[in-house]
Amino acid sequence: MVRSGTLILSVAARLLMPLQLLFSIFLLLRGHDEPGGGFIAGLVAAGAFALYMFAYGTQATRDMLRVSPRDLIGLGLFLGVISAFPAWWHDQPFLTAQWWTVPLINFKFSTPLIFDIGVYLVVLGSVLTAVIALMDTGHANE
Amino acid sequence: MRPEVALPILIPLLSGAISLMFWRSHFMQRLVAVAGSGALLLTSLWLMASVNADGILVMHMGDWEAPFGITLVADLLGAIMVVLTGIIGFAVALYSLASVGRGHEAFGYFPLMHLLLAGVAGAFLTGDIFNLYVWFEVMLVASFALLILGSEKPQMEGAIKYVTLNLLSSVIFLTAVGLLYGLVGTLNMADIAQRLSQVEDNGMIDVLAVMFMVAFGIKAAAFPLFFWLPASYHTPPVAVSALFAGLLTKVGVYALFRVFTLIFNQSPDYTHEIMVWGAGLTMLSGVLGAAAQFEFRRILSFHIVSQIGYMILGLALFTPLAIIGGVFYIMHHIIVKTNLFLVSGIVKRLRGTYELKRLGGLYKSHPWLAILFLIPALSLAGMPPLSGFFAKFIVIRAGIEAEAYGVTFIALLVGLLTLYSMTKIWAEVFWKAPPEPRDDDKEIPAISHRELWQLYVPVVGLALCTLFIGLNGQPIYALAEASAEQLLDPARYIEAVLGQGGEVTP
Repeated sequence: MVRSGTLILSVAARLLMPLQLLFSIFLLLRGHDEPGGGFIAGLVAAGAFALYMFAYGTQATRDMLRVSPRDLIGLGLFLGVISAFPAWWHDQPFLTAQWWTVPLINFKFSTPLIFDIGVYLVVLGSVLTAVIALMDTGHANE
Repeated sequence: MRPEVALPILIPLLSGAISLMFWRSHFMQRLVAVAGSGALLLTSLWLMASVNADGILVMHMGDWEAPFGITLVADLLGAIMVVLTGIIGFAVALYSLASVGRGHEAFGYFPLMHLLLAGVAGAFLTGDIFNLYVWFEVMLVASFALLILGSEKPQMEGAIKYVTLNLLSSVIFLTAVGLLYGLVGTLNMADIAQRLSQVEDNGMIDVLAVMFMVAFGIKAAAFPLFFWLPASYHTPPVAVSALFAGLLTKVGVYALFRVFTLIFNQSPDYTHEIMVWGAGLTMLSGVLGAAAQFEFRRILSFHIVSQIGYMILGLALFTPLAIIGGVFYIMHHIIVKTNLFLVSGIVKRLRGTYELKRLGGLYKSHPWLAILFLIPALSLAGMPPLSGFFAKFIVIRAGIEAEAYGVTFIALLVGLLTLYSMTKIWAEVFWKAPPEPRDDDKEIPAISHRELWQLYVPVVGLALCTLFIGLNGQPIYALAEASAEQLLDPARYIEAVLGQGGEVTP
């Protein structure tokens, strides 16, 4: 396992990462009508993992992610395309936004949100795929 | 709501996503490839039936009315093109099962194939000029990746030319879209067509028309910027070549048909006259280029260029008969050309090379393959009673009726030279005695029965399509006639998109 070797980065990465991930989810949920959304939230989340990677190396990041970044891309694309279909049920054109309110917690769930989650996963997955590949080639050359 | 208008785009996108989710599983990827492209073919036939029955179909995506939202429009030409996409997609997916190696699959061959099909279908169905640009880019991104799959040196060389010229074309296209938006303030094609008739600055319209002509001309591989095509199409795996040969340039041709019948139909004396000569030179340079080649796929690639000339000629003459000829030619050409590439792939699989000099004697060892080559090859050259004869006949007759004798003469001459090229392949690959084996010949792995079947089935299917178009030309001609009628009456398209009277309330 490759480690950065600086104590400050290692400790900071551990502390910052959960905050960054929380912030990315905040951005994701805020996004439909206000600044934010799946793309920027995905970038923030990818930044969180990249920071962890700089501190603890690619293998530790892979272990923590548990799934391959490529799976995230596939799943994200799938969610994105799927979000076009619910409108069919109501005989409206594809991609027409559908809104459902979850009872008790009064949370509004919608197809744009599914789409945004899809974008989030695609961005996270592709940035991580690229960064991990670059880190691995970098170390292979050393 | 008519779901069949959007499904030909959504199905390949969905199949691509599913295929990517199962990127570890060899079996699932292949299953999704066949099922997805099969579903695409079925929905495209559904779309064709609906458009035939009910006229132009429109879907405002996300329920945003035109001209503000993005509209999908399926008229007859669009539906015909989508059906062809379905046929080619399905044939190539079947063929890929045996011809694409596991190495290529691991780098995402199947997801990219789905993405390419989605891009092509999107370009055929969109009713929004900027959205057309987006679909072009989707298609190009997928094709860039497919082109360099395997990363061999000649592939890189071909890809650089391909990427450079196609990006140049995209920049011109995007600039033209920007200028057009500045002129009329809308991106919906029907709305543009309507508002352009109120613009008084005719010079500007002509400039825009020529910019679009150049941009789409590069994509369609028309003279003079066609050399990216023969430089790159013979390098990737053969299934990729076949897919490109059938569909990519035809998207450029489709875009020309769409834009120059719907939007830029004000001064055909100027714009369409340029196209007539462009078409003539395209035919001539393609066929002469092919005559000088001695590699199976390179000959076929140059012939794509020359055949593009006939299609553009159909549009350029701009008479009802000529447009019918152009549409008919597209239908005939997509099937025949893909089939020829697939046959070249089987030859390569059997003999391990595409070089004509090192091939020979295939008629003796594989007579059925020889016949399967002859059907599309003679059709390409325009021999009756195959599909190419009727396609050429209509275009040339339209040329004579329009008194464009010079270009008609070129078209006839090019037909003859095409026959020369096809006979050259026939004589070298199938007829002559096999050459002496050389020391540097590679050992060719034995081909299993199952693999051979997987390669033959799509070729036979496409050959049957060619025979069907040739022997049963009347319904196909009627279809081309109806679509030409729609193309020459843009008011119907505008009314279908913008509603009765076409008035837009802001």
